[in-house]
Amino acid sequence: MSTGIPNNRLRLLERAKRALPALTPALESLLAGIVGLLVGALIMWIGGYDPWKAYVALFRGAYRDMYGFASSLARGTPLILTALTFSICMRAGMFNIGAEGQVYGGALAAVTVGYFALPSGLHIIMGLIFAMLAGAAWSLVPALLKLTRGVHEVISTIMFNWIARFFAFYLVANVLVDPIRAEKTISVPASARLPILVHGTDLSYGLFVSVFFALVIYFLLWHTTAGYELRAAGLNPTAAHYGGINSKRTVLLSFILGGLGAGLAGATIVMGLPPTYAVYSGLPQLANVGFDGMAVAMVGRNHPIGILIAALFFGGMNAGGRMMQIIAGVPLEMVRVVEGIIVVALAIPELVRLFRFFRNRWRSLWRREPA
Amino acid sequence: MSWSYLWSILFISLHAMVPITLTAVGEIFGETAGLFNIGLEGILLVSAFTGALAAESGGAVIGLLTGMGTGAIIGFIFSVINTYWKGNQMITGIGINLFALGFVAFGLIVLGAPGFHAVPAESRLVPIRTPVGSISPIILVALALPFAAHWFLKRTRFGLILKATGESPEAADVAGIRVNLVRLLATTFGGVLAGLAGAYISVAWIGSVTKEISAGRGFISLATVVFSGLNPVLALLGGFIFGFFESLATWIRNLPGSKAVPWQFIAMTPYIVTLLVVAGVIGRVRFPKALGKPYIRE
Repeated sequence: MSTGIPNNRLRLLERAKRALPALTPALESLLAGIVGLLVGALIMWIGGYDPWKAYVALFRGAYRDMYGFASSLARGTPLILTALTFSICMRAGMFNIGAEGQVYGGALAAVTVGYFALPSGLHIIMGLIFAMLAGAAWSLVPALLKLTRGVHEVISTIMFNWIARFFAFYLVANVLVDPIRAEKTISVPASARLPILVHGTDLSYGLFVSVFFALVIYFLLWHTTAGYELRAAGLNPTAAHYGGINSKRTVLLSFILGGLGAGLAGATIVMGLPPTYAVYSGLPQLANVGFDGMAVAMVGRNHPIGILIAALFFGGMNAGGRMMQIIAGVPLEMVRVVEGIIVVALAIPELVRLFRFFRNRWRSLWRREPA
Repeated sequence: MSWSYLWSILFISLHAMVPITLTAVGEIFGETAGLFNIGLEGILLVSAFTGALAAESGGAVIGLLTGMGTGAIIGFIFSVINTYWKGNQMITGIGINLFALGFVAFGLIVLGAPGFHAVPAESRLVPIRTPVGSISPIILVALALPFAAHWFLKRTRFGLILKATGESPEAADVAGIRVNLVRLLATTFGGVLAGLAGAYISVAWIGSVTKEISAGRGFISLATVVFSGLNPVLALLGGFIFGFFESLATWIRNLPGSKAVPWQFIAMTPYIVTLLVVAGVIGRVRFPKALGKPYIRE
């Protein structure tokens, strides 16, 4: 070695260099998160709130103690699943905005197990399967519309979200309604509830369902032929086509897998949500879980492992947001404002490069010698 | 059913047509130049809110102008990200929609009324009285604009430049057209129109702001653009069709003794019609070649 650097250190440098491209996406997510929090602070400040107080309350509420941490995980549980719904289609080169409606379908399908009596274990499995089937069925129609009629999935899935919303309103008010309390559906029976994981919180075994599903998707996409084909179709549709990959099959597969995930998300909410284990009219616990999942997917860079980390962050934002509301008086909705800005920031490729560009320009302004 | 019923539905349809037509015409400009903005829903939502807010302090005209300004700002941000910064148009749009969802809900709480805010009657746009009923002046704008837009896109040099940047940005670049600047202007203009549409909803038409005031109209406008095949005059027709089904749904809901069909099913119809129409027309519609792709000079 003529450079005089010891051999082992050189090797370490080489390894760091190779790891750097893998780190860039994480760095971009981090930067986007910071941008989102800063713009959010600006909006809070304009609205007449104290942003510092708000964020301190938010992050303390989300991560400081066991209760906060468990609540964050509980909020993150369904987000992992809806994020996967978006990511699977994204990996296949499509934009599936339909998780929202599929969550409604999954949750209401899970409620219907209340009409059956089964031993506990079987009852839970039945609820999960019902929810997955409902989600997949709701996802299948936009996929078929795309394949047979060429309807763009963004338009069809959004329309399906609205249809699902009103259909869910109908089911909650007229079909699955609790005969004693008209504002909610019948409750999921005790034998079909996901047990609580941390006493005193609403974190249930649903977390394991989510993580397990994420691992299954990881295995499917990166270790099977079908998954390879799906990702190939997303990276380069033309090349995939000439390579003999059946594009119709990848569309169907990605939408069905996504629907299974979103349906499951509905199930983890309704089967793991004390105290009533039911869906209320107006769908307060279900609303926006699908949309939030898109933000989680993008911050997680559409990778199952990244999604697990991002879901902890967004789950924390949602859980800590309640503390923010109580202590700093900032409405919980602020969380979604920050989410939106984070997603917009992530749409900019090479965000890091742009950041460096502006930083250098800023520095050069100060470095310039007075003439 | 008597004729007066039909007349009243058509009359409401005319009002429901406006936001969809305005937004669709704006989006036709953007898509002709090669940008696909799915953040329209968010622009409608935010500008409905800011428009209503401004109308209360400065009157209806200020409200509409504020809505347009809001649309311009969001449209501009969208454009810069997707022209000069080569961003992903879909993801930007999704982000704008998420932001709008939170921002308006947040703003409504700041105003002190979670979920709902009524615009006082004196701040609303005064309708023009005609022999057949009172018409909002914006309806006249929405009726005239598509024809003006058609003329602009098909008969002027600027229309051709717009088309060139969407069809073949490389050729346009070689011809000395500043592709990114043209795209930026087109999409910002689209934002202005969507902003006007949003402010119209709150200031001139419904007279209130809710978390879901846009009710999917941004996406229905996108569907209208598909239906129109980038022809503004057909977008007017499309807007009217969707407006008609929306009004029909509202009308049936308010009809005494219409409990035979649950209201939720009637409320679904505009969305089902949108799907059916898009599924029906697609295939014969051709879109600009460079739609959705950032232009990167080689």
